[in-house]
Amino acid sequence: MKTTELEKVASQVRRDIVRMVHGVASGHPGGSLGCTDLLVSLYFDVMNLKTDEQGSVVFDMSGSGEDMFFLSNGHISPVLYSVLARRGYFPVSELATFRKLNSRLQGHPATAEHLPGIRIASGSLGQGLSAAAGAAYGKKIRKDPHLVYCLMGDGEQQEGQIWEAAAFIPHRKLDNLIAFVDFNGQQIDGPTDVVLNNRDLGKKYEAFGWNVLHMDGNDLTDVTTTLKKAKQASGKGSPICIIMKTEMGQGVDFMMHTHKWHGTAPNNEQLKAALAQLDESFGDY
Amino acid sequence: MKTYTFTEKKDTRSGFGAGMAELGRQNPDVVALCADLVASLKLDTFIKENPERFIQCGIAEANMIGVAAGLTLSGLIPYATTFANFGSSRVYDQIRQAVAYSNKNVKICVSHAGLTLGEDGATHQVLEDIGMMKSLPGMTVINPCDFNQTKAATIAIADWDGPVYLRFGRPVVPNFTPTDQPFEIGKAITLTEGNHVSIFATGHLVWQALEAGKLLAEQGVEADIINIHTIKPLDKEAILKSVEKTGCAVTAEEHQMNGGLGDSVAQVLSLNHPAPLEMVAVNDTFGESGTPDQLMEKYGLTAASIVAKALAVIQRKK
Repeated sequence: MKTTELEKVASQVRRDIVRMVHGVASGHPGGSLGCTDLLVSLYFDVMNLKTDEQGSVVFDMSGSGEDMFFLSNGHISPVLYSVLARRGYFPVSELATFRKLNSRLQGHPATAEHLPGIRIASGSLGQGLSAAAGAAYGKKIRKDPHLVYCLMGDGEQQEGQIWEAAAFIPHRKLDNLIAFVDFNGQQIDGPTDVVLNNRDLGKKYEAFGWNVLHMDGNDLTDVTTTLKKAKQASGKGSPICIIMKTEMGQGVDFMMHTHKWHGTAPNNEQLKAALAQLDESFGDY
Repeated sequence: MKTYTFTEKKDTRSGFGAGMAELGRQNPDVVALCADLVASLKLDTFIKENPERFIQCGIAEANMIGVAAGLTLSGLIPYATTFANFGSSRVYDQIRQAVAYSNKNVKICVSHAGLTLGEDGATHQVLEDIGMMKSLPGMTVINPCDFNQTKAATIAIADWDGPVYLRFGRPVVPNFTPTDQPFEIGKAITLTEGNHVSIFATGHLVWQALEAGKLLAEQGVEADIINIHTIKPLDKEAILKSVEKTGCAVTAEEHQMNGGLGDSVAQVLSLNHPAPLEMVAVNDTFGESGTPDQLMEKYGLTAASIVAKALAVIQRKK
């Protein structure tokens, strides 16, 4: 898909995100907006996904014979739900049920309600990379050449389990795994450097044995180029970690350059101001 | 009264190892994971025969649970193994979110449960794991009594679709379960029949219950002795059927009283058929260093304790 087309999808996804969070007056818009470009690129351009004869995506829990994506920082569920719906995994109208009673769109991604596109629950941080490692290991055992992608937050890098997985994955030569760190420098209590300094994440992953790349996660041209590079680097003995610089709240000016919108919903006026900045390219749900 | 004998004493963890060896040959989907305790878990044969299906995770149990959950996606059946303390309390949130809530077909198989771990002391003697695991929705919790039963349980859980916590131990104990006895998850086994008291035991305490049965018989007391190898799902029918006949019960386990088998039986009885109940279990304290026998004696997890509780609970009937 062309970059201009991806940009159109991203704009609609950003509208979905602010509308979903506004609709229930809770949820996490900041990180969702920051990671929109990556998820749109993955699901609409990069990943090989299972489809039926008509070309519509089909969800298969096993993920065999296709690429798989794991969201470790589950609180940015709005962006994942919107991208899954816009890609065709479930009706776009269902986005209106986000975080409401009897919905398949739980506050944090879950499998209990059988939402197509979700393979494991995430929300309690630090666990997604291990699950992705297991999925990648399974692909090795089953001789399935497809790739496993995993997105984590940068605040999440403070969890100890991340570093258990970071050691395990290169040691077991899971070179079919591409991880992303959403490096936006913000977490609930403030700038990541102030709350608990992660130091140089790229150097840390390198020291653990990863092939580390860097990209601007809000520049779709850079995202496309870097993901192509990452795919080419896969299968060569080392897993790949992409340190992805993003802006929390990207696309909505008053939500950027602050951690304030990590987990805060816009009010009616703020919603209006946000939507005025985002093209309704494919029609709101 | 039916009596039980044994020809040898064996450790239940070796029953697990023997089960894994057999599974390795039978079921190509079974994979084993371990957190740096291969010899303690008796995985040597499985690893030797199936090196490509063994995943050494190092001393990183949280990651091991997550990897196991991820492996299930491709239809593999991961057996995640370590000591009971490190496979339960250390990784409770990982088991809760990635395994139980996500309904992943992970078999958490843990050795060195309870006081009989012995000299290593209370840091390693987990006595709370049954309680933690049984309170997770969808989790199956099994505590077999001897080598043969542990081996059979290890093989049986491969065909059970869903997460399982299989708990066993370190010391050698009488091996009396028939080698050909099939393991039915959730189905209690009545070992002896009597009208005076029901004794529900699990794990290492099952043999102690049989010993207690002999001592009670000498005093003219006849006991229903029932092996509750599966704490969840609990065989409520068997429990109620027995207590409706005997009118009182004793539970026996190598676990805290809070959250253990006794709690589960108390719930069944109080909701369905209130009856006097006594519990042989560790009473809200941590363990300590010592030999397994010394510890079981000091903390009252013996045949003599079961006898005393049985006589006391029979008195409460009147």
